[in-house]
Amino acid sequence: MKPEMEQALRVNAPFTTSVLEGFIRDEVRKVGFERVLFGLSGGIDSALSAYLATRALGKDAVHAVLMPYRTSSQSSLDDAMEVVTDLGIPYTVVDISGPVDAYFEKMDKLLGEPASNLRRGNRMARERMVTLYDLSAANNSLVVGTSNKTELLLGYGTQFGDMASALNPIGDLYKSQVRQISRYVGVPSSILDKAPSADLWEDQTDEKELGFSYDDADEILFQWVDLRLSEEEIVERGYDAMLVRQIIRRVQRNHYKRRLPIIAKISSRTIGIDFRYSRDWGV
Amino acid sequence: MPHVQNIAIAQISPKLGDFDANLAIHHQYIERAREQEAQVVVFPELGLTGYLLQDLTFEVARRLDHPDIVSLVEASRDIDVVFSFIEESDQHFIYISSVYASAGAIVHVHRKAYLPTYGLFDEKRYAKEGNQVESFAVHGKKGGILICEDAWHVSMPYLLTMQGATLLYIPASSPGRNVMDEHDFGSHTFWRQLLQMYAQLFGVHIIFSNRVGYEDGVHFYGGSGIVGPDGHWIVQAGVGEETLVFGAIDDRDVRRARYTTPLLRDERLELMVRHLRRMESARTDNTRVE
Repeated sequence: MKPEMEQALRVNAPFTTSVLEGFIRDEVRKVGFERVLFGLSGGIDSALSAYLATRALGKDAVHAVLMPYRTSSQSSLDDAMEVVTDLGIPYTVVDISGPVDAYFEKMDKLLGEPASNLRRGNRMARERMVTLYDLSAANNSLVVGTSNKTELLLGYGTQFGDMASALNPIGDLYKSQVRQISRYVGVPSSILDKAPSADLWEDQTDEKELGFSYDDADEILFQWVDLRLSEEEIVERGYDAMLVRQIIRRVQRNHYKRRLPIIAKISSRTIGIDFRYSRDWGV
Repeated sequence: MPHVQNIAIAQISPKLGDFDANLAIHHQYIERAREQEAQVVVFPELGLTGYLLQDLTFEVARRLDHPDIVSLVEASRDIDVVFSFIEESDQHFIYISSVYASAGAIVHVHRKAYLPTYGLFDEKRYAKEGNQVESFAVHGKKGGILICEDAWHVSMPYLLTMQGATLLYIPASSPGRNVMDEHDFGSHTFWRQLLQMYAQLFGVHIIFSNRVGYEDGVHFYGGSGIVGPDGHWIVQAGVGEETLVFGAIDDRDVRRARYTTPLLRDERLELMVRHLRRMESARTDNTRVE
């Protein structure tokens, strides 16, 4: 990362952490809940959400759900267990291989061809979402999101899958900022140091799949989104023109994932258009 | 009148759209401030309604003669109260207003004149701009009210102090944004520097009452306080906590500051007016040409 960009992306960890803890406490309790749960993959994002939720609500008010698929790496599960042990929080392991395999066994026959990695990955992400939302009803708790700003902007996630949650404390932190806060709250070093991976199939890494590094993505996104520099200005600052184009296109192409479904306007007041209330309305 | 006035700032977390709950909070804080012998208690912008109202604006709007508002004005018999809500006029126009109430009567109403409609703000979609900025006399001194964004326009404290105000009340709902490698939000740092500078430039006491709490992920950070005419903080409330803080202001500090550094005395109103007139006529001429 360029030194000046590293500086620009640096956040005050204690202050930011206190704001995020307050966010979780306030936005959970004001809607009448005391408890939260979240998926814990063994990666840095869900680990950070786990630490923040535990700091905010206490270990008795949180619940981690580990949802491996049969091809998930053992080290992911080990890392998730390290978080659970370190925080001393309750957890449940739900193997999602059964429902996912049963689905594709049937579907591959119906369609007459094996599902692509993309379809399989999306199905796994949505299976995990279904599991989390079911457990949240059983547990009387809210689902805490684990998507960071970089992946939300890039659309590197499954709509209604891992992108689904009731509240997301880390959605305005770039990947490099997630690392900073994670270090501060004590996320284990095995998680801090490993290559980010969706772990949907063997040897998958985010950066291999995306075709660029998170550092590059953070630098370009920060300048385009937060500083409002144009594509040309970013290139002038010494970034590869193709890469800048590619990243900006991704943000635009995947914008639909960040929005609720659009609605055809018929009446005088339409949900999402001119029927406007905050989520906190009437709670 | 005594030189020293004890001011209370109620750094509250209003409940969005719940007027009754917020009215109860106001009465509690007024009572606490009165018990601790404050002469004035200052509430944040839209303390009675919450901030991200959107279409709730229509439901929480109150006329000045509404029983809820009257009950707060009544509560000012033993302690002055500065409070803020969505005001509906006789013509059914909506304003973001702040009232100064004293001795059971309304002394002054300020309608927010600058409604931000950029970034996360969307005020002008729902409210109408006030068209006045007037100082008012109370207990033999002159004060003025600016609501949040009003104070980000240098003309506003200028107009109030040129009308004689020695005390500025600034109710705010300032959301934190732009966390960087600092101890505070960028917006908080901006406010702090702005108020210190105003206090010194205009030789006034400034009472900043900013709310706390979260609304849809937006964090209002608080950090309320009182700045003296030397630019020093007399009291500063913490960040992110609901609290009632007290600070004593001494009007002899204004006297000393304005004698030592007589910037306001030397302010050349006629120069300002001459230039504004010229700019105004140039603007009118241009309009005519178009």
